[in-house]
Amino acid sequence: MQFKGYRRPDGKVGIRNQVLILPSVVCANRVARGISQAVAGTTWVEHQHGCTQLGADAELTARVLVAHGTHPNVSGVIVIGLGCETIRAQDIAAEIKKQCSYKNVATIIIQDEGGSVKAIGSGVSIAREFVGAASAGEREWIDASELILGTECGGSDACSGISANPALGVTSDMLIDAGGSVILAETTEIIGAEHLIAARAVNPQVARKCFDVINACEASANKMGVDMRGSQPTPGNIAGGLSSIEEKSLGCIYKAGTRPLQDVIEYAAPVTQKGLVWMDTPGQDIEQLTGMAAGGCHLVVFTTGRGTCCGSPIVPTIKVATNTALFERMNDNIDINAGTVITGEENVEQVGRRIFAEMLDVASGKLAKAEILGFNDFAIRRIGPTM
Amino acid sequence: MARLQAIVMKAKDNVCTVVELIAPGSEVGMEINGENVRVRADEAIPVGHKLAIRDIKQGEIIMKYGEVIGRATQNIRIGQHVHVHNLESCRGRGDR
Repeated sequence: MQFKGYRRPDGKVGIRNQVLILPSVVCANRVARGISQAVAGTTWVEHQHGCTQLGADAELTARVLVAHGTHPNVSGVIVIGLGCETIRAQDIAAEIKKQCSYKNVATIIIQDEGGSVKAIGSGVSIAREFVGAASAGEREWIDASELILGTECGGSDACSGISANPALGVTSDMLIDAGGSVILAETTEIIGAEHLIAARAVNPQVARKCFDVINACEASANKMGVDMRGSQPTPGNIAGGLSSIEEKSLGCIYKAGTRPLQDVIEYAAPVTQKGLVWMDTPGQDIEQLTGMAAGGCHLVVFTTGRGTCCGSPIVPTIKVATNTALFERMNDNIDINAGTVITGEENVEQVGRRIFAEMLDVASGKLAKAEILGFNDFAIRRIGPTM
Repeated sequence: MARLQAIVMKAKDNVCTVVELIAPGSEVGMEINGENVRVRADEAIPVGHKLAIRDIKQGEIIMKYGEVIGRATQNIRIGQHVHVHNLESCRGRGDR
């Protein structure tokens, strides 16, 4: 099983040739957007961070920013700074260049440029050059074993655990059997189902980690002194028939198929293992999406019962509807219908094979709907206070 | 495949998930262990919501997927809607 991707000089594989405009700090968002909107073939992110952060929290933000620059789906990066921030644009750019010397990397500092207008002007000029270089890249046949798939469910309903998630589980097993990697994430949405995942751990240490991350997640929720219900499951989940976090979780983990769990890794940590890996992320869709992209996943398959439009700026995000009514109602945003399992037109295996085929097509360059419509959602998990 | 109104994930579950809007008093068809079973719905059940397929006592565990999804906060009769009004979560309970 193969797809057509970009082979990078360091041996890694990309499925897009993005030029990314990356602000290191919230104050540079407008300039990043201004550059990207003026140059076709670029994408950009906006975020609320990069200044007055401390310790491990600042390090995590910096790590996520660097990881978006070094991601193999990205061929060129322009890092934008204001000039006085904690997480400096020149440091982020230097780290990206250090890890990926083959990439086009530039820095724009708004204060040094003489303001936003001049900064956008300089950025546009550099971005134009980077896009020209990226457009000359050629795809070649690459084995599916080199793919890393991120799995996600958001806006879940009671059909999620019956149709789309079990179908995505078939896709996950197929990719793992082909030698690839699959990320299970959203730790909150594994509460109540952790024993089932831990039972698949390759050794007792990994099983222990499953319970450790769940206990930490549940303890941090309990610290707020309220019933989690209403936040998890969300009001939309509840309207869709999910009554408790346990019920949501038990449906959620079907995405991860049936193969052994190789490891539990931190938020945004690089995925280096083959097979199934659990990344410890929040259940919030965009923080999870951003964490998995930072971990190096090439694309995400995202199941939804209530309907969601989101997409990462650098990682194609394929949407799968859990029910046919949603697929028809939000067809502009949803790529695949798994509602056929509910109506009995197809079984879980058949839908799983369709998702797998679509995944290889998208890896080869077919655009997911979230890409066509320009979604560039981005949110970094925070683990410390803003000072 | 015959069109069923509800899905039972595992035989030991005490709830099913309905896949079409159920009117009060209607018969809901489902398959348990390969056998067709019908349960009369006491009340309207929206798509994706759960229906008790056995009597469930207050405090008893509610099971779906063959696993615990919560606990009954009141007695639930077969055919009744099971949701947040009569099922409480056992996890993430910072309120107790």
